[in-house]
Amino acid sequence: MQEPMMKRRITASAGTTERADCHITVQEAEQPSLTISSKVQVTYGATLRHEVTTALAALEAQDLAVWVDDQGALPYTVLARVEAAVRRLRPTTMASLAVAQVAPNQAHRRTGLLRTRLYLPGNTPKFIINAGLHKPDAIILDLEDAVAPSEKEAARILVHHALAAVDFGKALRTVRVNSLPLGLEDVRLLATAGVDAFILPKIEQMDEVVTVAALLDGLGVPETRLIPIIESARGVLNAPLIAAAPRVLALTIGLEDYTADIGAQRSAAGRESEWACSMIVNAARAAGVLPLASVYANVDDAAGLQAYTQHMKSLGFEGIGCIHPRQIEGVHRALMPTAQAVAHAEQVVVAYEAALAAGQGVVALNGKMIDAPVVARARKVLAWQISS
Amino acid sequence: MADFILNSAGRVVPSLVNGRGYAPFQGVPFQGITGQAVSGRKAAPPIRSCANYPADGDKRAPDLATALRRAGLRDGMVISSHHHFRNGDLLMPQVFAAIEQLGVRAVTWCPSAAFPCHAPLIAKLEAGLIRRVEGSLNGPLGDYASRGHMRRPNVLRSHGGRYRAIQDGDLHIDIAIIAAPAADMFGNCSGVLGPNACGPLGFALADAQYADHVIVVTDTLLPFPCAPWQINGNHVDQVVVLAQVGNAAQIVSGTTTITRSPDRLLIAEYAAQFILAAGILRNGFSFQAGAGGVSLAFSVAVRDLMHQHNIKARFIRGGGNRYLVEMLESGLTDYLLEGQCFDLDAVRSLRDNPKHIETNPFTSYNYHGKGNFASLIDCVVLGATEVDVDFNANVVTHSDGLMLHGIGGWQDALFSKCTILTVPSFRDRIPIIRDRVTTLCGPGALVDVVVTERGIAINPRRSDLIAAVRGSQLPIRPIHDLKREIEAMCGGPPALPVFTDQLVGVVEWVDGTLLDAIWQTA
Repeated sequence: MQEPMMKRRITASAGTTERADCHITVQEAEQPSLTISSKVQVTYGATLRHEVTTALAALEAQDLAVWVDDQGALPYTVLARVEAAVRRLRPTTMASLAVAQVAPNQAHRRTGLLRTRLYLPGNTPKFIINAGLHKPDAIILDLEDAVAPSEKEAARILVHHALAAVDFGKALRTVRVNSLPLGLEDVRLLATAGVDAFILPKIEQMDEVVTVAALLDGLGVPETRLIPIIESARGVLNAPLIAAAPRVLALTIGLEDYTADIGAQRSAAGRESEWACSMIVNAARAAGVLPLASVYANVDDAAGLQAYTQHMKSLGFEGIGCIHPRQIEGVHRALMPTAQAVAHAEQVVVAYEAALAAGQGVVALNGKMIDAPVVARARKVLAWQISS
Repeated sequence: MADFILNSAGRVVPSLVNGRGYAPFQGVPFQGITGQAVSGRKAAPPIRSCANYPADGDKRAPDLATALRRAGLRDGMVISSHHHFRNGDLLMPQVFAAIEQLGVRAVTWCPSAAFPCHAPLIAKLEAGLIRRVEGSLNGPLGDYASRGHMRRPNVLRSHGGRYRAIQDGDLHIDIAIIAAPAADMFGNCSGVLGPNACGPLGFALADAQYADHVIVVTDTLLPFPCAPWQINGNHVDQVVVLAQVGNAAQIVSGTTTITRSPDRLLIAEYAAQFILAAGILRNGFSFQAGAGGVSLAFSVAVRDLMHQHNIKARFIRGGGNRYLVEMLESGLTDYLLEGQCFDLDAVRSLRDNPKHIETNPFTSYNYHGKGNFASLIDCVVLGATEVDVDFNANVVTHSDGLMLHGIGGWQDALFSKCTILTVPSFRDRIPIIRDRVTTLCGPGALVDVVVTERGIAINPRRSDLIAAVRGSQLPIRPIHDLKREIEAMCGGPPALPVFTDQLVGVVEWVDGTLLDAIWQTA
């Protein structure tokens, strides 16, 4: 007996029709089907069909009708979009399909530098793939402001696959999660995806960071660090406690939201936020974590970026947020120590090591005593020099 | 049915194309196809007498149809045109309307290049008014040809190759139609005067010198003399004045603004750093970089390095554009040699600045010239659709087999002292570095460096360059390494396109031998 056509057709989709992305539509159907239209039909049509079929099988979704509109997506994007579409249609607790192909790297622990952190919209594949080539000290896969509310889950899945498949070079691999509580779900699902640090937006009190740290404790990822972003007056006033929370690697400030919160407008000179910036620097330094400055929004203004970076450096910050790869080299250059500073640092380290080797307790250079903080500072200057 | 031969580059090419015999490519040092110096005489235009032309110099015809009739147009003739208006040509649709009006059919159209603005002429092909096309096809006409609709194979030549083919009589032009931004009644033409000034008219030079009949068409008639002239009126049979022949605003190709793509900027930066590290970027050097996002970004990166290191160039070769013009005006180079203006700043400068010099396929690229400028240039930066692990490169077809671009001056420019291909490592998932290019347009022996955003590969033949950049911070990598990495990212090597056995085009080398054949996509 033929089943009457009573079943309600339900459709879900994921992805976009932008370059390097693919749009997947899945539908409950009487008969499974797979229709592919691809910008790279001739060269990768067969490969694409295989990738989609394999993903559907892994998701136990071979029974669906599926349409693919592909704009030259790389394999990890195809996989992520199929997974997102199927999960939307059939919510499941099945683990992510992402399988780590690139080894996480520890380069940042060697240099300790976070001069540049490059924001990458978490739902836009074309910006993700080559990000590491521009040599930022960190990349930020952004699930917060850069992603529309309706695409949060699709973006999280794409980010998961990107972390598994994309080589970000020596960059620290970070994810900016959504503000809590949604952010907790992001952290839970991505904690074991090879994230070096989670960036927590709109943090106002220590408890929020402690909650995330506790979540990570339970997930068995002892190395994963946190970078809270302060974006309000309340957050600034609580900065010393926030900076001292467990797992914090660095403390940063989001000036757009902060200036709005205090009823001011962000200006080029930045006088309205100077106190807050100093507060962040002091809170971070007191807790022994890195103070990182906000982003510079005008991508086309290289001179403005230089001036901004110099200003932030003078306040004590050690890094700048970048919204375009073009900003990276300029920031690195602006933060590079002077030749004089480098020469002095070399003398300090050489004198210190010679004294150490000779078993001397007290070290002096040019009549000035060198103590541990001076040596640490000198080593840092040299690290900056080497990495620039 | 033509025979097919395996040429020395390992490509199967026909021995007969459109009824003309061809020799296969024999190798790069182009001493003629037998390895011997070429001999014989160049082709020559018919003898004319000044007695047969008006003594008052007024060669005007009232309209195109009259001029074509007076030129003796009949079925099957070869008509040529030129692309100095690029995508802003308004003349050829009017010419074919006049041909239609005269009831003439089956003409062969030999444009130096066709652009998307010529897509309406597909209807004339369909109707049999145009029998075949021989020339560079950019965009829709290329797509149409690739799918086998033109029925007769196209012959793809470089700018220099086209000049040579005309000199050799391989390409005999019955009637040359020259669009002139300004002209006088005698036929002197200028490309830098008039409301639609477009720059040099060099692509029409061979046609003016060798065609049986030359018609100049302008929308700006100046009293004699139209000076300085770029096409000499003494070559010209007739002059026709129309309301408009071209739209100079359209010579600005979509690629005349600097790319904002961070990856392409990185490629340009690597290329500029490479020539600095290799010692090419030094006082008195020269380079060629044209339009296209990466080339422009390269010019700007070189400019910045020149400022930084206090270096001046002796000359730069365009594709002129405002960035090169600024370098000329700020004294970073003594001369700007101009083959083709890519924007209106370049047109203005060419007209006004005596250090901005017009060149043409004869001066720059001619195989039968007594030398040419291309080999004097220290480095040239070019694009490509594909490059293989032996540094052979493709510039006319995409990896899906479609013939979508002309060769332009690309083949000719390969003869520079250091030829750099700047290419993204992949486009829309398709790796650019291949085991074998879909269509061979440039022999690997002439490609020295491939710069991608993932690294720089130097042709192993250039041990001098390899030694020169040793110890630099540049990401120099074996080309096989790059290929492996890109393929891993893209999901393996791309599938090869499937072709039918219908020939849709052949790629000539600069000496007139055949480098490769292009087939209809299945």
